[in-house]
Amino acid sequence: MLKYITSRLLMLIPVLIGVSILAFSLIHLVPGDPARSILGEKATAAQLEALRNELGLNDPYVVQYGRFLGHILQGDLGKSIQSKESIGVELIQKLPATIELAIFAMVIAIVIGVLAGVIAAVKQYSWFDNISMTVSLFGVSLPIFWLGLMMIWIFSVTFNILPPSGRLTTGVELNTITNFYLLDSILTGNWVALKDAFLHLLMPGIALATIPMAIIARMTRSSMLEVMRQDYIRTANAKGLRKTIIIFQHALKNASLPVLTVVGLQFGLLLGGAVLTESIFSWPGVGRYVYLAVLGRDYPVVQSTILVIAAIFVFVNLITDILYKYLDPRIKYE
Amino acid sequence: MESVKPLLEVKNLHTHFFTKTGVVRAVDGVNFDVKPGETLGIVGESGSGKSITAMSILGLIPSPPGRIVDGEILFKGEDLLKKSENQMRQIRGKEISMVFQDPMTSLNPVFSVEKQMVETVLAHEKVTKKQARDRAIELLNLVGIPDPSKRVKNYPHEFSGGMRQRVMIAMALACNPSLLIADEPTTALDVTIQAQILELFKKMQKELDMAIIMITHDLGVVAEVCDRVLVMYAGKPAEFTDTKKLFDQGKHPYTLGLMNSIPKISPNKEKLIPITGLPPNLGDLPKGCSFAPRCKHVMDSCLSIDPTLQEIDENHFVRCLLYEESKKAVTT
Ligand SMILES: Nc1ncnc2c1ncn2[C@@H]1O[C@H](COP(=O)(O)OP(=O)(O)OP(=O)(O)O)[C@@H](O)[C@H]1O
Ligand SMILES: [Mg+2]
Repeated sequence: MLKYITSRLLMLIPVLIGVSILAFSLIHLVPGDPARSILGEKATAAQLEALRNELGLNDPYVVQYGRFLGHILQGDLGKSIQSKESIGVELIQKLPATIELAIFAMVIAIVIGVLAGVIAAVKQYSWFDNISMTVSLFGVSLPIFWLGLMMIWIFSVTFNILPPSGRLTTGVELNTITNFYLLDSILTGNWVALKDAFLHLLMPGIALATIPMAIIARMTRSSMLEVMRQDYIRTANAKGLRKTIIIFQHALKNASLPVLTVVGLQFGLLLGGAVLTESIFSWPGVGRYVYLAVLGRDYPVVQSTILVIAAIFVFVNLITDILYKYLDPRIKYE
Repeated sequence: MESVKPLLEVKNLHTHFFTKTGVVRAVDGVNFDVKPGETLGIVGESGSGKSITAMSILGLIPSPPGRIVDGEILFKGEDLLKKSENQMRQIRGKEISMVFQDPMTSLNPVFSVEKQMVETVLAHEKVTKKQARDRAIELLNLVGIPDPSKRVKNYPHEFSGGMRQRVMIAMALACNPSLLIADEPTTALDVTIQAQILELFKKMQKELDMAIIMITHDLGVVAEVCDRVLVMYAGKPAEFTDTKKLFDQGKHPYTLGLMNSIPKISPNKEKLIPITGLPPNLGDLPKGCSFAPRCKHVMDSCLSIDPTLQEIDENHFVRCLLYEESKKAVTT
């Protein structure tokens, strides 16, 4: 097992090199000029040229890429062109926001999605099955920005019961340790902040959860239907086990294998930063960070953040594979 | 033997499937009984309703589309068809347990053998986990699995087919059932392993004093282990008698056909005579005897009259117009 993990981590290196080249090329292919976006429309050609020289943007691409890679290898993610801050430091602020939101959304999606899928499968063709599967069909194709705006309009504007943006209400104090606000408020016993952070998570969390939830529900249903027909379920019935044990242990553990694949993939996507959701709810995460960096042609931020996201994505995949092994003893990793 | 009260009595059982294309009469008027400690064989071609009969006894007919529309299943004198799902659950795996055909797919692949055996014991008996675990090891030892205290930790895929079937049998024996239903337990196994598993059934029966219903399409298996035999055709009983009587004086043309088509049993070893034709579509049965279209002795009346089960001799039941005196007289 340890050998497997090590080899997977070693495989990370070529993947990341590939991603770094891709990220570097993409951002340089997009038309636009970092110097122009910093200095504004009124800057003179000489000023622009001077800044470009200072930023090293006039060097050949190979040199620029080499410099980028060199810094990365030393564990230095570089500095933002716009804020002049260290990207590493900024990511330590933004990543927990994104991860917290992604986990929150994923928990909603898994709990509701799996439960709905199981019930729909066990009561196939019932009204619950029909309704939940129709709803999930809509859920998959729901435009998130529309859903987000609707929620803000209903819950924040009309009824004023949920905060429309940010992670905490201004004025609510929280001593951050990990930058995961729920965790930090529990660690510091700050119940006011806990409630506030939770309320802030609700709307973006639900918006973000919709698509994965719908996919998980449909996947769980079809997987459960498949499993419930298997001989070992008949055996479990013939042994006189309770229905709940048969469904939630014998069937669900088998059915969860394909569901896990979907969960891993979706979670990876959410971790990559939900650009739309983070923008709508002004969530200070990596999605919004990259989005703003692209707009401002902040090359180092885009390159480094994409690299970090890719690493996280691969890491989540690795965890998924390890979970697979736990769920299915037939899988052997060598 | 005569006066022994039967352990199980199946009377006039009808299990039908109500499908979109019509009613499938999978089991259509089956009668038999099982005495304590005996082995009853149920033989018949594929689709004759053997498994559905067994599943009806355990109350595991998938519904919809299946339903037991008529009949009684008396177990220790009580009608199982009148029991609630909860009561049935307490009978399954404890009083009546079952071993299935394919050991490769009948065990849950993601749970260890230990977990699957322990949960069976715990579902029916008030014992601690530790006691259940000890019982599992003891059972594996009983069915001949070497090094059981270590093997119990293994997962199904770590056993061979024959070993898995032993595990299935051990699991079925977990709560000392008084009736074990084995649905083609050796069909999926190698010939040499088949013989070992049959031996195991015989040994277990002797040691644990339980009755067995051995479902098979192999008359060789019947000859090997069964005391009495029910021959089924198209959801109905064709013949029901002692094993010896069946082989010596089998009467139903279908029984005779089965015997002639099996190398081991056939008296004239050179000439194997397979039964021609196919079993009827259970959703659209012909009028009269359902075997008539394939029967060598078919008479005009067979095409219109569906025969009833007759006791032509002591403990020898046949469902065929050839042996139904009154109706035979009409046609000749
Ligand atoms: N769910 C179902 N829906 C409709 N028909 C069914 C269903 N299950 C079984 N049947 C029908 O019941 C009939 C009897 O099936 P059964 O499984 O009892 O046969 P069998 O004698 O055990 O055959 P085999 O030797 O192949 O196991 C089959 O012809 C099948 O078409
Ligand atoms: Mg069968």
